[in-house]
Order: sequence, then C-alpha cells, then structure tokens
Amino acid sequence: MGFEKFLFYVFAAIAVFAAGMVVTRRNPVHAVLYLVLAFVSSAALWLLIEAEFLGIVLVLVYVGAVMVLFLFVVMMLDIEVAALRAQFIRHLPLGLVIAAVMIINMVLVVGPWNFGLDSFAKPVPQPEGYSNTTVLGLDLFRTYLYQFEIAAVVLLVAIVAAIRLTLRRRANTKHQEPSEQVRVRKGPERIRLVAMRAEAVPASVPRIGSGPGADPNDAKEQGE
Amino acid sequence: MIALSDYLMLGELLFAIALAGIFLNRKNLILLLMCIELMLLAVNMNFVAFSHFLGDGAGQIFVFFILTVAAAEAAIGLAILVVLFRNRGTINVEDLDMLKG
Repeated sequence: MGFEKFLFYVFAAIAVFAAGMVVTRRNPVHAVLYLVLAFVSSAALWLLIEAEFLGIVLVLVYVGAVMVLFLFVVMMLDIEVAALRAQFIRHLPLGLVIAAVMIINMVLVVGPWNFGLDSFAKPVPQPEGYSNTTVLGLDLFRTYLYQFEIAAVVLLVAIVAAIRLTLRRRANTKHQEPSEQVRVRKGPERIRLVAMRAEAVPASVPRIGSGPGADPNDAKEQGE
Repeated sequence: MIALSDYLMLGELLFAIALAGIFLNRKNLILLLMCIELMLLAVNMNFVAFSHFLGDGAGQIFVFFILTVAAAEAAIGLAILVVLFRNRGTINVEDLDMLKG
C-alpha cells in the first residue's frame, strides 16, 4: 500500500464520517460545519487525482461562499430543533434499509471487479510544468464557451431571484424614490429660494455675550 | 495505487448516506438542502474520477458547471427558505400545506 493509497483512505474516512455526522446531528449549525469538513476532505481527494483547479475551487467557492451562506441562514432562523427531530427514530430503519440496498447494488456494479486497476489502469502522471488550470481554461473558453455563457446567465438569474425574494419594504422606513426625483420639472415642482429678511430680536430678550450696542446690526434693528 | 473503483465506491457511499439523510430528516427543510449538496458532491466525485482515469478533461468541465448550478440552487433555495420562515414562522415540511386543496 503506497503513500497515495494511505492518503486516500484517510481522507475518504474523514469524508464518510463527516457525511454521517451531517445527517445525524441534532444541531443544524454542527451539521453545516461537518458538511464543510466533508467538502474539504473531498477537495483533498480531488487533489490526489490531479484535479487541482476543481479542488481549490471547491474550497474557495463552495466552502468559502455557499457553506457560509448556509451558516448565515441557519444562525439567522430561530429553529426549534426538538419539534423537527420528533420522528427521527421512526424513519431510521427505512432510511438505513434503503441506503444499505443501494450500497450493495452499487458495489456490485462499480466494485474492483469491474472498475479495478486491471480494467482502468492508473494513467501516467502529467509531466512537470503541466497546468491543470490552463488546460481547463482553454477547454472552457474554446469548446464550451456557449455553455459557459449559459452558466453566467444562470448565476445572474440566481442573484436577481434571491434579492427579489428576500427584499422587504417596511412601512415606517424612509427611502428615496429616484424615479420621482428625476421626473420633477422646472417650475412649480422644484424648490424655490425666497429672499427673506432676518428675524428681528425682540428687545425684551437679553443677548448673551454682547452688551447693548456691541453689534451695529442690533442697534439698527432696534432703531427700526 | 488508487483504482477507479475506490473513488466510485466512495462517491456511492456518500450518495447513500445523503439519501438516508433525506429519509431521516424529512421534516427539516434546511437539512434536506444540505443532503442535496452532499449528493451533488458525490456525483462530482464520480465525474472527477472518470475524468482522471479516462484522460478526458470534459468530466472536469462538467463538475465546473455542476458547481455553478449548485451554487445558484443553494442561493435561491435559501432565499425561499428565509421568505418561508418569515411568512409562516416554521420550516417544518409538514406545516407547509398551503396548497392542500
């Protein structure tokens, strides 16, 4: 058993353990954190088979953005965990039976006797200086450019939909209406500056800090 | 040496765990979303493994697009979840029977 195989088993064990914890934890915050662990160990497994770009993208984009979004939402919502977990035990046997049947079926199909090293030999390692990112980028922007643009539109639609869904106007907040502001015409709707005389100070109010006759304007106003 | 079947069995194990998780947590909407993310990860694992062992870069391009769509799905799903919680005060699947005729 080589070192690569050893690393594979370590990371695979971490991924399976984390996946098991995701589905059995009582606290949703813990479940999200275990999901992050599953993603990180999967990224390490992808690095083992020379998918460097995707491994890094999984950590940066998935763990860094999507899982943090999950964490925000889980912490923002005040969820009663106990009520949601009431029927956990009741569905446990059914879930386990279906998972076990599926595992047995799939192992019979994809086991080492069909997809082992003798039918799919380990490919020769890429030469030094080979860049997985360059190859993927060339493929993406040459062969799959149209699909790439569709993916961009999908993301744009997701942004617009998420903002539109969660946007909320409260009744008592003050906000600007740019369309109303732009529509104002010159004339009666605009603000008008009116020349006004300053207010005269009544003689009975004592002035602070200035004696009588200190300010020439004051004297003039009193004279009037 | 790592064989293709190792990666396929790992992906399949993750998928089965996620499927069992959907049965276990069928009342909690947010855990259902997380199980779907786990399933997508398992599928991506298969794509990357086949891409490596068959020497074809298209598998990794496919994973790239799956990640894009999964991110969009998570964003919209969580937005719907927040609106649902704001309007109904619960994310219990059994309480969401507004469409019941």
